[in-house]
Amino acid sequence: MGDTLLEVRDLHVSFYLTEGIVRAVSGVTLNLQAGRTLGVVGESGCGKSVTARAILNMVQRPGRIDRGEILWYGDPDHPVDIAQLDPRGPDIRNLRWGEIAMIFQEPMTSLSPVHSIGNQMIEAIRLHHNATDAEATEQSVELLNRVGLSQPARLLDAYRHELSGGMRQRVMIAMALTCSPRLLIADEPTTALDVTTQSQILDLMRDLQDEFGMAILFITHDLGVIAEMADDVAVMYLGKEVEIADVDTIFHRAAHPYTQALLRSIPRHDVVTERLESIVGNVPDPYNIPPGCAFHPRCHHYLADKCASPELVEVGPGQWALCARTREILPASGERTNA
Amino acid sequence: MTAADDKLLGVRDLRKYFPIWKRGVFARHVTGQVRAVDGVSFDIARGEVLGLVGESGCGKTTTGRVILRADTPTAGEIHFTHSELGEIDLAQLDREQLQPIWQNIQLIFQDPYSSLNPRMTLEQIVSEPLRNYNVLEGSALRDRVAELLLLVGLRPEVMSRYPHAFSGGQRQRIGIARALALNPQLLICDEPVSALDVSIQAQILNLLKDLQQEFELTYLFISHDLSVVRHLCDRVAVMYVGKIVEISDTDELFNETQHPYTEALLSSAPTPDPRVRRRHVQLQGEVPDPANPPSGCYFHPRCIHARERCQTETPLLRETRPGHWSACHFAEELDLNIAAAPDGAT
Repeated sequence: MGDTLLEVRDLHVSFYLTEGIVRAVSGVTLNLQAGRTLGVVGESGCGKSVTARAILNMVQRPGRIDRGEILWYGDPDHPVDIAQLDPRGPDIRNLRWGEIAMIFQEPMTSLSPVHSIGNQMIEAIRLHHNATDAEATEQSVELLNRVGLSQPARLLDAYRHELSGGMRQRVMIAMALTCSPRLLIADEPTTALDVTTQSQILDLMRDLQDEFGMAILFITHDLGVIAEMADDVAVMYLGKEVEIADVDTIFHRAAHPYTQALLRSIPRHDVVTERLESIVGNVPDPYNIPPGCAFHPRCHHYLADKCASPELVEVGPGQWALCARTREILPASGERTNA
Repeated sequence: MTAADDKLLGVRDLRKYFPIWKRGVFARHVTGQVRAVDGVSFDIARGEVLGLVGESGCGKTTTGRVILRADTPTAGEIHFTHSELGEIDLAQLDREQLQPIWQNIQLIFQDPYSSLNPRMTLEQIVSEPLRNYNVLEGSALRDRVAELLLLVGLRPEVMSRYPHAFSGGQRQRIGIARALALNPQLLICDEPVSALDVSIQAQILNLLKDLQQEFELTYLFISHDLSVVRHLCDRVAVMYVGKIVEISDTDELFNETQHPYTEALLSSAPTPDPRVRRRHVQLQGEVPDPANPPSGCYFHPRCIHARERCQTETPLLRETRPGHWSACHFAEELDLNIAAAPDGAT
């Protein structure tokens, strides 16, 4: 519980390609509290990773932030609009890594193949702190130890190819912690890992959050991971957030037809289902996003006269859904057990 | 390990070792072996879906490839009950002898993007197995392709198009149509839904289930995803470092776990319900190197229940309950069911 740390208002990001314009993110609004975990969930192409990159002003050409504000409340009285900062300027460089750190899905590609782990960590520490080599080395060993890597001193001389996937992700987390960030953006951090390793990394992230009090923006396609990690959840579909609520509400009183359908379509290892309720059709082509409600071709609550321009509706306390019919389709009272 | 009366496939002590080569002064020589599959035995009955689960590197895909004889086994027997030739040991056959048998065993791949030739139309892709075996030609061939496309939920009109025009889920349907073309007796599905989006996974899983029920197909279903396996499989075999550690009926495996590794695997899988807070059995360390596995039980360095005997004595896969096999010395003593939540628990 805490104060607003990051506020994204009406963010629009597009990619200008020769084949056409891809509106990757169109009107995302997020509110992240200090010390809490916001989960962003959606299928491929929904814009969740682009949103994360936009927050660090790292959208690369031909992509561009069209409009919207990304307010960083590092100093609560003087919010900084990250969208307005020069992507190569000193202000954003201090924010990146210094206050906002990011870890990615494939730690293999985030680590340099030709520099040792120690080299990379010490460089990162010295860039942001006034530390000597010896101090930076000491801090690196401490951090590697903290993320559960044995023999950290030896690890400093290792290269990325000598480490397993789980170890690489631990190294990335250790590097992200070098400057005690207030926000950690984790983009599918465990997707490339096995379940037992994933479980270790998720536990580690939770422990570190308790210890350092940082906020986490957790991006994933996996609803199981969201249920374990997030305090609040934003569900995205084709560049828009279709539902925002706390995690319990999302899983037990979802208000948007897409969230409801998604939850019913996943097989579960703890419950036996005879038949899954699949969502009809495919995720549309990003060049031709359906007009009106983007989900309408796959929605079985669709009514032509009602679904032309849905708006975010506050369904309950803290629960918002982008659906014109959400009040009609919401389970009348009480809770839906989604078994 | 099932009733042997209607056995389709019986794998006995299957081994596949990959040599590790090192360049020497004059010639290359073998310095070690990766035991990818290390003495695997199981049966699949006709019309049954057997799940093969495990983490990456456990040898599940290699097992599938060796059964298909895409790889030659180092040792072991693969008894396949052919519809015409009767029971044959695939491990003994050479390429020429295997040719007619491959009609009866087909593979569905993980990646629907790389497993379809981009220069072939749908019609060419789906009809290729039929043409290879000269089963049909001319308009009968075309009709069969149309029928197969309908079966997997695609419109026959699209058969002149190329794979790039289709989404991942549709491509996986094409792959399934191709695998079904020759009415195979056994389908090996290697992670068929892992590359697909969540909302598409359910479509393909339902399709695989419908086809299985309609045509009484037999699947060897290889997956790392326990929830997918639970949904589709009749029985499940759990692999760890090249060995099967537990095999039993699906419900029993999830509710009456008899091996600590299965327990850890089940408790690590995230549950899509924030109200379920399950006891985590957190595994320490990493999966051992299959070229240099630990002594005794391969799982003992990570096992929270390990005792002295586990370090020295390799446990054999044995029947600990009727139809339930476990490779743990203490399977009967351990109470592992705390980790597996009861059905419908919220």
